[in-house]
Amino acid sequence: MTVPDRTIELITSERNAGRTNASAEAGRSLDAARQLNDTLNAFLQIDRAGALQRAGELDRQEGAGGALRGVPIAVKDNICVRGMQATCGSRILAGYHPQYDATVTERLNAAGAVIVGKTNCDEFAMGSSNENSAYGAVRNPWDTERVPGGSSGGSAAAVAARIVPVALGSETGGSVRQPAALCGIVGVKPTYGRVSRYGLVAFGSSLDQVSVFGLTVRDAALVLQAIAGRDERDATTADVEVPDYVSGFGGDLKGARIGVPRALLGEGVDADVRARVEEAINAYRELGAEVVDVELPHAKYSIAVYYIIATAEASSNLARYDGVRYGFRAEDPKDLREMYKRTREEGFGAEVKRRIMLGTYVLSSGYYDAYYLKAQQVRTLIQRDFLNAFGKCDAVLTPTSPTPAFRLGEKTDDPLSMYLSDIYTCMANLAGIPGVSVPCGLTPAGLPVGFQLMGPHWGESDILRLAHAYEQEHPLAERPRVMAE
Amino acid sequence: MPITESDIQKIAALAHLEITDEELRTLAPQVASIVAYVEQLNELDTSSVEPATGGLTPEGERTEAVREDRTRPSLGQALALEQAPEPSHGHFRVPKVIAGSEEKENF
Repeated sequence: MTVPDRTIELITSERNAGRTNASAEAGRSLDAARQLNDTLNAFLQIDRAGALQRAGELDRQEGAGGALRGVPIAVKDNICVRGMQATCGSRILAGYHPQYDATVTERLNAAGAVIVGKTNCDEFAMGSSNENSAYGAVRNPWDTERVPGGSSGGSAAAVAARIVPVALGSETGGSVRQPAALCGIVGVKPTYGRVSRYGLVAFGSSLDQVSVFGLTVRDAALVLQAIAGRDERDATTADVEVPDYVSGFGGDLKGARIGVPRALLGEGVDADVRARVEEAINAYRELGAEVVDVELPHAKYSIAVYYIIATAEASSNLARYDGVRYGFRAEDPKDLREMYKRTREEGFGAEVKRRIMLGTYVLSSGYYDAYYLKAQQVRTLIQRDFLNAFGKCDAVLTPTSPTPAFRLGEKTDDPLSMYLSDIYTCMANLAGIPGVSVPCGLTPAGLPVGFQLMGPHWGESDILRLAHAYEQEHPLAERPRVMAE
Repeated sequence: MPITESDIQKIAALAHLEITDEELRTLAPQVASIVAYVEQLNELDTSSVEPATGGLTPEGERTEAVREDRTRPSLGQALALEQAPEPSHGHFRVPKVIAGSEEKENF
């Protein structure tokens, strides 16, 4: 018999019964993180002293915190937590300790969560396998010879291995949903503007959103609830009410319409992935939902659009890493110009340089209209595709990733094939819409598969309710090989 | 238009990256193949399509983005310099800015 997962729900009920407290839960997560990190390399920093101090304070204060009281959580190393490092998986930020908390960090603290450490990621969140971290690749808990996905691979592995029930990651083009699928857990990317980006290190500013991993849909929804909402320090957060996600769960799915873009389920999808996703589509029919065909005629262009817009924005955002004010500086430069160039040459890894180069190229004089403007126009067409689709359905269902977890090193020499891992996910970032990835079984080789539901702007409630309904009927029974005791 | 090694060198200079000869040899074909891939967008006639502006939703665009104009505490000098690689006398210290005469024309 499997031991029940220590979900937020379980921690909260045991705490209310006096059988656990914040210190016990933090201690358990910290022990597991330390014990498994040699195998998984999921954490870049484990803050034992800080987490236990914080947990002790929560235990001494009656009624402190909120929905996440005493819940251990891991945070991706590109989100600022005062007192901890924020390297973004890059050598150029080695040793950097931000002097302030991100808004999401403040909100986690206010809700009573205990941050146990910072998780490994692809350098500056650029990657789909976590192999681009300057601090080594993360291993997938289901098969340590395989990648956990990326870029938020450390957070995904930490949750999948039951080190923490929930974790924060960030998405620019699927960096939470894709690793969630490859690690057999839930990943939620909110609507652009739902969650503050203040204190999230910028990559592609028109695409970036802090996103959430959980063992269950309910847990992920509770964390999203805690961090969502307008923030005056991020001008792109919208003044839109944050509904109570969990209270909308339950009820039958009669009248719900699931849209399936059949044209996207053909070529290029692994046969085992397709089989599991078809089963999930059938499961929705059995739950009473209506499955309808939808078309997203411009979705096939999303990778091309994404790699123009994301790299253009990244080349601009990453101009700030120059060795002047913080982070790494090259030794003994002869003048300022050489300091900039050598700091960036020695501080950035290959993928980051590739993307800065690509972004600089598409924005350079004479090419702007041909690439960047064109990409923004096709982005409009992708947004319109979704508007049309949501006229016919409540959520669009696709595989989350075209393949299950691939082997370490399998795609590192071919950037374009790595980029295609995001074929299903990055369209949601381009359209600014929310998406949730839900586990839907394993391949015959024992690797997790996930499907995703995408909803209209601000439609997190509906896709989370639909995801929860599926999960109730088809919870993933299997557990990864590498897991906390 | 194919991307050459000399294009890559120009882009690297624009991006303040000093790339090695080895990087040049791997980057040139990689960037060229990615650019060739993204050129599939040219199949689409977008002459009458408005470009998307950022990631803003209609609700996001309607949100008042400007906050009240009032002074508030800032980071302060000590904290602002705390992470500097080479702070000096309350400033960020950098190597000399004026280039030698042989380099000047590149600026």
